[in-house]
Amino acid sequence: MNVKAQAVLWVAQRASAAVLALCVTVHLATMVYAIRGGLSAAEILSRTRGSVGWLVFYTVFVLAVTVHAPIGLRAVLEEWFGWRGTARDVLLVGLTLLLAVLGMRAVLGVFL
Amino acid sequence: MSLHTGTLAALVHRLSGILLALFLPVHFYAIGTTLESAAAFDALLAWTQYPLIKFGEWGIVLLLAAHLGGGLRVLALEFLPWRDWQKSLAAAAAALALAVGLAFALAL
Repeated sequence: MNVKAQAVLWVAQRASAAVLALCVTVHLATMVYAIRGGLSAAEILSRTRGSVGWLVFYTVFVLAVTVHAPIGLRAVLEEWFGWRGTARDVLLVGLTLLLAVLGMRAVLGVFL
Repeated sequence: MSLHTGTLAALVHRLSGILLALFLPVHFYAIGTTLESAAAFDALLAWTQYPLIKFGEWGIVLLLAAHLGGGLRVLALEFLPWRDWQKSLAAAAAALALAVGLAFALAL
């Protein structure tokens, strides 16, 4: 991979990390708050259904994770297992698509 | 191999990242599938009440907090002039993970 592409991945990884730092903090705080006294579908959906704020938040969260996780795994596969090349990148693109599709399906599921 | 603080912090960051990447598709799939009906979602929530599953959930929350702490450490080392703070940053990351893990365990 050329230097420019490496630099793009590096910047994308750090930028998504910065976004995720905020998202994960909010997500953790919301979880700890929400699970007090038990959870129910009705309780979760009453908070998220029709809420544009949560829709935007979780969309940003899913997209940031979709960028972040495959780039992170790419480094692990290369450095720990010496795996590089097309097959690895095809697998990572597959993971990217999987995260995007399943993630947005879940986000829309709690919004609609 | 001697395990220095920075090496250990990087290892925890990496391992937690791998496990989170494996967990996420399952997490998204479970939410997306069960939300088709409130009853299915409540069945999933009931399943999460088993002690072993609760323990697993707590582990995932701890992994997430550890990865957040480790990530903030990396960002601080790369973007802030704090290179002499290696050990303090690693300690802060560990403290953050423990604090979140404790808060979640108390709320469970």
